[in-house]
Amino acid sequence: MATQATTTATPLMQPAGAERSAAGLWSDALWRLRRDPTTLAAIAVVVTMVAVALAADLLAANFFHRSFTQQDILSNYEKPNGTEPWMWLGTDELGRSQIVRLLYGARVSLFIGTFGALTAFVIGLAMGLTAGYFGGHWDDLVVWLVTTLNSIPLLYLLLIIGVLFRLEPLPFAILLGGLGWLGIANYARGQTIALREREYVVAARTVGSTAVRLMVRHIAPNILPLMIVLAMIEVGQLILIESAISFIGFGIQPPTPSWGNMLTNASQYLGKAPYLIYPPGIAVLVTVLCLYLVGDGLRDALDPRLRGAVGGGARK
Amino acid sequence: MGRFIARRLVQAIPTLFGVLLLTFLLSRLSPSDPVQLMLAGQYDVTPEERDSLRHSLGLDQPLPLQFLAWLWQLAHLNFGNSIYYHRPALDLILERLPNSLQISIAALIVTVAIGIPFGVIAAMRRGHIEDHAIRIFSVAGHAIPQFWLGLIFVLTLAVQLRWFPIGSMNTVGVDCTFCWDRLWHLLGPVLVISVAGIANLPRILRTEVLEVIAQDYVRTARSKGLKERMIVARHILRNALIPVVTSFGTILLVFFSGSLIIERVFNWPGLGRLTFEAAVGKDFPVVQAGVVISSVLLILSYLVRDVAYAWVDPRIKVR
Repeated sequence: MATQATTTATPLMQPAGAERSAAGLWSDALWRLRRDPTTLAAIAVVVTMVAVALAADLLAANFFHRSFTQQDILSNYEKPNGTEPWMWLGTDELGRSQIVRLLYGARVSLFIGTFGALTAFVIGLAMGLTAGYFGGHWDDLVVWLVTTLNSIPLLYLLLIIGVLFRLEPLPFAILLGGLGWLGIANYARGQTIALREREYVVAARTVGSTAVRLMVRHIAPNILPLMIVLAMIEVGQLILIESAISFIGFGIQPPTPSWGNMLTNASQYLGKAPYLIYPPGIAVLVTVLCLYLVGDGLRDALDPRLRGAVGGGARK
Repeated sequence: MGRFIARRLVQAIPTLFGVLLLTFLLSRLSPSDPVQLMLAGQYDVTPEERDSLRHSLGLDQPLPLQFLAWLWQLAHLNFGNSIYYHRPALDLILERLPNSLQISIAALIVTVAIGIPFGVIAAMRRGHIEDHAIRIFSVAGHAIPQFWLGLIFVLTLAVQLRWFPIGSMNTVGVDCTFCWDRLWHLLGPVLVISVAGIANLPRILRTEVLEVIAQDYVRTARSKGLKERMIVARHILRNALIPVVTSFGTILLVFFSGSLIIERVFNWPGLGRLTFEAAVGKDFPVVQAGVVISSVLLILSYLVRDVAYAWVDPRIKVR
């Protein structure tokens, strides 16, 4: 398996007849990405999701004419129907519009996934780079932290935190990131150790580059592309974890709708309103699936040699 | 081998220490006061009584001393008493643990029984329809929320079609561990939790098999005229499975973590549901014990995995 290094991408796999000039890493990746319909479709879905989630307020006020807390007891348990836009996905026991709640749920899920992954990315990169570069006691400490956190089933840990603290979306996102950096750090550490003694790093050290400069200018750019892919996959994993912990009631609290706590509600009315159970679950599945596909596609585009080598691991 | 196991046991000590430290710090950093939690609902408590309770619990001591005192208690297998059940938290957990292990072990068997053939088929039929189908299953299995899959299972197969029971371990009136009734109840949670493992295993195995197929000894076996089945079982799988042993770490982690939610969905009285119910009822000693015990089990499973790894691949022991 080619897991050594992501050096500058030379067009190894250039098909015969394809004409293009020598290109940098990113334009090279873009060239490959444009020929990958699955990834392009997945990107389109994710972009649409983000756009719709951002426009939730506008859509709710001007198109659906319902807010996410608005109750309408007279039309509760309404099956999905096309009479009015806000009834497209039916209503719950209080007559709240499911499609509007789903929109706001998208907002919460995507926000937590993105901010959490960003936190994980920053912590993971910093920890992995420094541990791999300096080695010694600091490395031991980081490895110990990673092993320890990997030895507590994540949902149990979140449960204990959920009992003791009440979490708003932003602290919750940061907390998830603070627990989700392990994979990213592991990867960054391994790559840094592999790159540390490369000629160009040694050369830079010889001319007097400081440790910070070596890490930021010479090592980080080489591992960054795949780190971005890992962070992308992390967004999906955090959305899954958020939905699970909100489902058991220790994540995002009602009345703020999240896909997880919408399912808590739906699971109490399985007999009377079974249709409530499908939309939030499908929303999570489609979002996470597309994020994984984008991650996989980006990885292949950035470095075709690594096809199937990293990412996609499940940590729940 | 004995020395290897001993060394791995010693290596597990700092990890265990970390788990305990984290659990302890979390409980002490929280804004909620343990005395407040214990006295919830009792309004006729004077401040003096509150303070004496605080003192008897050792909560007026400095943090490091409190931590040591807590470790000393744990060394005597004392996790404190459940606030709700008024019984030792450890007893409660040990009563429920076998129920959880039934799910995990059965799920492990299902994962191996389906995951390994899937991995081999995907590699042997690379680029064919089987390979694509298994890949699609793999990606979807990673992306699907486990608890939602469980809910769909309960809704469609149990509530609507009545093929499976809606939850719990036995039909009312039946009480047995090794019988068809239990197996029937077990099938739902086990299948749902196995999906994560079956999604994970073939992905890694496929890469390994493809690598082994290209080896010289496989070509030799072929040229000897061995049957394809023999080559796969004796020459390919034996070597391809070695690195797969490591991936069981991830799978076990998913099973452990997943049990918390699956036991709730299927109303299965195991460690996960006990911890969850204790969390809802703010029964803190039980939650704490649940987290510690599940972590200890996970550390032990990692240990077993590493020993198994060293057993199938003796080169590891040298490192």
